[in-house]
Amino acid sequence: MISSIIFILILAAAVGLFYRSARTIRRNIFLGREYDSETSTSEKWKTMLRVAFGQSKMGKKPVAALMHLFVYVGFILINIEVLEIIIDGIFGTHRFFSSLLGQVYFVAINFFEILAVLVIVGVVIFWIRRVALRVPRFWKPEMKGWPTMDALNILYIEVILMGALLVMNAADQSLMNMNSEDLVAAGLSKYDIGMNGTFYVSALISKFLGSDPQLLFYIERTAWWFHIIGILAFLNYLPFSKHFHIILAFPNTYYADLKPFGEWDNMASVKKEVDLMMDPDADPYASGAEEEEEETQTFGAKDVTDLNWKQLMDAYTCTECGRCTAVCPANQTGKLLSPRKVMMDTRDRLDEVGKNLDRTGTIEDGKALIRDYIRPEELWACTTCNACVEECPVMINPVSIITDLRRYLVMEESAPPQELNSVFTNIENNGAPWQFAQADRLNWSKE
Amino acid sequence: MSEQIKVPTMAELLAEGKVPEVLFWVGCAGSFDDRAKKITKAFVRIMNKAGIEFAVLGTEESCTGDPAKRAGNEFLFQMQAAMNIQVLNGYEIKKIVTTCPHCFNTIKNEYPELGGNYEVLHHTELINSLLEEGRITVESGKFEGRSVTYHDACYLGRSNGIYEVPRSLLKALDIEIKEMTNNRQRGMCCGAGGAQMFKEAEKGNEEVNVARTREALAQKTDFIATGCPFCNTMMTDGVKFHEKEGTVKVLDLAEMIAQAAELE
Repeated sequence: MISSIIFILILAAAVGLFYRSARTIRRNIFLGREYDSETSTSEKWKTMLRVAFGQSKMGKKPVAALMHLFVYVGFILINIEVLEIIIDGIFGTHRFFSSLLGQVYFVAINFFEILAVLVIVGVVIFWIRRVALRVPRFWKPEMKGWPTMDALNILYIEVILMGALLVMNAADQSLMNMNSEDLVAAGLSKYDIGMNGTFYVSALISKFLGSDPQLLFYIERTAWWFHIIGILAFLNYLPFSKHFHIILAFPNTYYADLKPFGEWDNMASVKKEVDLMMDPDADPYASGAEEEEEETQTFGAKDVTDLNWKQLMDAYTCTECGRCTAVCPANQTGKLLSPRKVMMDTRDRLDEVGKNLDRTGTIEDGKALIRDYIRPEELWACTTCNACVEECPVMINPVSIITDLRRYLVMEESAPPQELNSVFTNIENNGAPWQFAQADRLNWSKE
Repeated sequence: MSEQIKVPTMAELLAEGKVPEVLFWVGCAGSFDDRAKKITKAFVRIMNKAGIEFAVLGTEESCTGDPAKRAGNEFLFQMQAAMNIQVLNGYEIKKIVTTCPHCFNTIKNEYPELGGNYEVLHHTELINSLLEEGRITVESGKFEGRSVTYHDACYLGRSNGIYEVPRSLLKALDIEIKEMTNNRQRGMCCGAGGAQMFKEAEKGNEEVNVARTREALAQKTDFIATGCPFCNTMMTDGVKFHEKEGTVKVLDLAEMIAQAAELE
């Protein structure tokens, strides 16, 4: 009874805390400008099922894909066991599902145990790739400090949680397989679920735990509490970690822009002005009543609040795998640009803006995404080749953020690299990026 | 050679009361860059040979605005787009072919929303259909025993999903095709996109085109095929950097087809 109350309090606190953090992230995302992907609902669902649920873009790196699949499937299915733990915790039952499923229950738990082992295998191989083999994309400059520690934390937590699950099952099956009389004599009749069976994986651990019912009881309870508190703690770690991708991968693919990568948005704010310039009947001094109502928008993005909410969701979805940076031609040739860093900077700045908002009620702090986080030199190194966009397993688009930042530098600050200013002048005057006269445009046909 | 090519302008055709099958959008590189002009002419010879009624805008053509847009100058882009669309719509253009993937992408994907709706083809797509329809034929022995690697242009490949059409032109040539490790979706940029063509590269260890050409040269082929005038320049410069211009030639797919069709 008391343990049920304690459990319910811990569960409520954990869920409440997570809800608060998740709500803050949601609030931060919607600090962004409007966004509409113009995709049909059925197409959105299909994309999400294929790319997030079906992991269709992971396969390009087969080893990582397989290990990720182990951890992913393990994560999803072992949650069924977590559900049982929660029911048991609230109602004081023991292995609630066993009474519903009969012998099938043993099959299910054995299956989960195999998954738990596969998760551990996956995590160990991830650790080896990251720490021992030092796969280069995990050791780029932007990964120094917290990002690397975060990545390793996740791996350690997952191994510990799976370990606790297996120890719990190991002790529990020793108890469950004892005689009813022995269990009653030890005051542990709860463990007499009326079934015998073996969980084959954790049985390997059972051998080391002895046969003293009281000791087994303490081990089982410790592992049980450790496992569920660990999971709830991990849940609350997610919003502060790159691991939040396990949640946002789904909405992020759902809302993804499915237009060709080469099709960039035609800024509506610019179109309005160009239409005005091209229209001979337009009165340049007229200020329409409806125009006054609209807030003046910055051209391009100086800070995160000038980006749209999908770009901001991209930033929170990024799990810093670095596939984008590994294929970036600028990064490969030693330039400062790293698409992953663009996403991390956007997220970190947005976090900061959110904190400002909570603390002072305003987002202003004299800082901006441009320069305080991302240097123009990074932006001007991009070839807009879209290799990063193609590569991202969760459909993040770093190029769109780079472009909006460039737009700000060009249209608000008139601060592109000098050569590009000449290009603009040439296009304006001669209709070509070079200094050739438009009148000479057909000369090639006579040469 | 030049007297063989026929390049009517839209204005001339209009005066004659004729409507062309397709407008050839030449592009700035194709009009002014000495190397790219050869690609333009090769493509014109192919169209002449196939008997395609085409026309160019000539002096009425202007930059699509692509470099401005990629560099963040949306104003200039939309001004260019508005002017070009006015001209194109004025001639009631329905179908456009271009030798430049950047022009191709911009007109095909970004002009419609601004009022310019056309069927847009990359020249490799048009040549491919000419081959399929038998309107041009290539001599199979021309490239026999030779080998080629195809460098995907970003704005044709990743940006628009056109990977196989250019390769099918090579297949028609009876030439051995060797793929680079990074091909199709994983093809590495030549370094010219996003208006990089027109500026010094940012500080780094090496130039992107040098790195990409190294990948191409690793295939030890006789030719590097491209479908973009900017890629062509970048790869040609890269080959020179690696001092391999004596053994490897960088050619546009149109040039290879023109050679095999005995048009050069």
